[in-house]
Amino acid sequence: MSFVVNNVQVLFAGLALGSIYALVALGFVLIVRATNVVNFAQGDFAMAGGFATVAFLSSGLPYWLAFVLALVVLGIFGVIFALGVYYPLRNRSYLPVIISTLGASIFMQNAALYIFGPQPRAMNRLFDKPGIEVGGVFMDTQYLAILAFTALAVTFQYFLFERTMLGKKLQATSQDKDMARLVGIPVAAMIAFTFFYSAVLGGLAGALVSPILFVSIGMGSIIALKAFAAAIIGGFGDITGAIIGGLLLGVVESFGAQYISVAYKDAFAFLLLFLFLLLRPQGIFGEKISEKA
Amino acid sequence: MNRVPASTGPAQSARANRVSFGKVLFALVAVAVACVPFVVPLTPYVLNIFMQAATYAIAVLGMTVVLGYAGQINLAQATFFGLGAYAVGLGTVVLGLNFWLTLLLGIGLATVAGFVLGLTTLRLGGHYLAMITISFQQIFDLVLVNWASVTQGPDGVAGIGRPSLFGFQFTDDRFYLVLCLVFLYAAIAFVWWLPQTRTGRAMRAVRENALAAEVTGVDTLRVKVIAFTLSAALAGIGGAFYAAGFAYISPDNFNFARSIEFLTMTLLGGADSAFGGVFGTGLLIVLPEWLRFLKDIYLAVYGLAVILIMVFLPAGIWGIVRGRFDRFRKFDSVDVDSIAPLQLDVPLNDPAPILKLDNVAKHFGGVKAVDGISVEVARGTVHTLIGPNGSGKTTTLNVLNGIYKPTSGTLTFDGVDITAMTPHERAGLGIGRTFQNIRLFASMSVVENVMVGAQRANNPVGTGRAALQERALSALKFVGMAEQMHMTVKNLPYGHQRLVEIARALAGHPSFLLLDEPAAGLNLTEKKNLGELLKRLKGHGMTIFLIEHDISLIEQVSDTITVLNFGKKIAEGEPGYVLRHPDVVAAYLGETADAAA
Repeated sequence: MSFVVNNVQVLFAGLALGSIYALVALGFVLIVRATNVVNFAQGDFAMAGGFATVAFLSSGLPYWLAFVLALVVLGIFGVIFALGVYYPLRNRSYLPVIISTLGASIFMQNAALYIFGPQPRAMNRLFDKPGIEVGGVFMDTQYLAILAFTALAVTFQYFLFERTMLGKKLQATSQDKDMARLVGIPVAAMIAFTFFYSAVLGGLAGALVSPILFVSIGMGSIIALKAFAAAIIGGFGDITGAIIGGLLLGVVESFGAQYISVAYKDAFAFLLLFLFLLLRPQGIFGEKISEKA
Repeated sequence: MNRVPASTGPAQSARANRVSFGKVLFALVAVAVACVPFVVPLTPYVLNIFMQAATYAIAVLGMTVVLGYAGQINLAQATFFGLGAYAVGLGTVVLGLNFWLTLLLGIGLATVAGFVLGLTTLRLGGHYLAMITISFQQIFDLVLVNWASVTQGPDGVAGIGRPSLFGFQFTDDRFYLVLCLVFLYAAIAFVWWLPQTRTGRAMRAVRENALAAEVTGVDTLRVKVIAFTLSAALAGIGGAFYAAGFAYISPDNFNFARSIEFLTMTLLGGADSAFGGVFGTGLLIVLPEWLRFLKDIYLAVYGLAVILIMVFLPAGIWGIVRGRFDRFRKFDSVDVDSIAPLQLDVPLNDPAPILKLDNVAKHFGGVKAVDGISVEVARGTVHTLIGPNGSGKTTTLNVLNGIYKPTSGTLTFDGVDITAMTPHERAGLGIGRTFQNIRLFASMSVVENVMVGAQRANNPVGTGRAALQERALSALKFVGMAEQMHMTVKNLPYGHQRLVEIARALAGHPSFLLLDEPAAGLNLTEKKNLGELLKRLKGHGMTIFLIEHDISLIEQVSDTITVLNFGKKIAEGEPGYVLRHPDVVAAYLGETADAAA
């Protein structure tokens, strides 16, 4: 294989992996914008998405229906999460909420362990054909599906936020809750919707990545950490930043594993994160970190 | 009524009594616990659980310092615990070193790691800190597993021996447990003593309101790094004794789940107290034994419990216990007459202006909040900054005490260029401040709030606890709040909180005082008293820089008024001249200059 083809191959895999991080990072960012809170259970939505799809598939449902039902289940999870984990603590500082979401993460993982057992589950791929070859580059169909679904989700989100009344209300809620409340926007419902939507995004990421990674109870944590790193690298609170950050992270990881070390593949994301926090803590697109007096 | 002269410190004597009672109780319980294994026959299994609890508790006490006192999240405590453990494990087994040497090595490693991690990341705080510490934890885990040539990889280190001291071998579990307990008791004593020290008070101030702490003169980054480093060091000690106690360690003992466990122990017991952490550790280690009937869903219940603790037990179990006792706690009443009057005098022998702003601008993106203003403030005067909403007043104040760095221009204070200085450095030069929305350390007592003000760098009062408290009481007496010294600030009415905030600034003996809308929300009587207070301060030679909307107060106290509009200076001079200036009237009433004239 020539040098160029080889690198394009690595880049392709990196972008697909990065798309997964980007989807979960989007969920992070939307919740941060709406509530100023970081949801440490975001990755476990992906885990739940994987398990839900596997469960529906093994009960004999067609792939598309299992997929859709899994997303519905995740949406419900999101709303329960908003009501049970975030809402009671909404008037406290960020610290209790962070810890509460960590508790939720432990709960979800161990509930999954109890229900599905410790064995990782394999999941069928979306297409039977393993891949297509373009100019010597082998493109895995599952990776192509990940890229396509991510592009679709990002486009959908753009229209939702920029072109609909619901999107405007969500934006108003994230910018100034008090003012939004005064003009009659149901803030609590908007926040619940944000959790709903973020959980669906996480579930989508989980369902898409599961055929590659196996479905396991620990898969969420590692995806969440990478996604969180992606969100910071992109500029915390910035939607475009989350996507770019996710893709960048996937590519760095892919090349790092190729040329440096497979064993330390997971460490590259964190090293990149350290570098960003030291040199450019506001990320690529920048978040205002100073506090107003 | 039992009146105690304030010079010996009423709070001190009350506290001294309470603490000595507490100390005796602590010593009794400590000795009793250490005797248990020798009196009651315990199985090796139970002794192991005790040993685990004792070593974990030392690490959890570190969490008390960093999370409970300084309010900084740390999700990598297991890493520091692991550094201590691996130093002992690899040091004694592979290198054949003496246990005590490896103990020091482990503490050193953990301390250095904590210091470096803290120094590089603590300026970010909040969710960034949470993330960074998790990343650090993950990298540590990867290194332990993958760097097998050094760490022995996933198999871990086996055959770690027990230490000996002066020829005595701690092979008997009971004696080793006593050794662990001795270190645990030392850690408890240290963490118990810490909050009453200068640094401990600064930590709590940072937790309550980091911005206010910084402006009051606390080097917030330094205090946070100290807290983080102490926490790491304590974890290192715990880890070292854990390794020698259990003879075998592997990466599984020091992963993210363990960090979360330490966090939960801290919160369950009560993060704000040394005993809370220890109590939480004991409970969470014993709990799995009691909850065996839950079997497979134990961890799921555990996760749920974390959420429930956060929702229903914000102060932890110890917080509830202490709350019960606090209701019966009595303080000696304060003899206000015996408090020394506040020494505030500022020499007025230099005719040069105390503060000069030279063409200072602050832009936020395209918004020119302050657009090139030059102001000179004369010594010993009340200089008032007025202007319509959004004219840049508070931004100017924030640039003045360093919360914002100006986009351009220079600031000179008392002949020193302060443009690049941090807020706490400026506080160290004698710049005091109050905030428009009161920023106090809400869950600390009135006198502690003011003591934080008194402990700023270069304050010409003593640095000991007694001197700081005396200074704080004098400042409280000056504003008429000395009698409320023991009250928790958040329980005070609004007007009183304002006075405490002013006392906090005055305790630092400022030569220059920035007041951001001090009359906001005060009633007529309180406003009148405030006017009197400002005049008294001016009488002591203090320079006051005031932002205010209340015209009668402005006219009553101001020597000079500067008017801002759209970030620019539009008028300056004596009140009589400025308040009738056509441009000023136009700016406030929205008429054109011509029409108003």
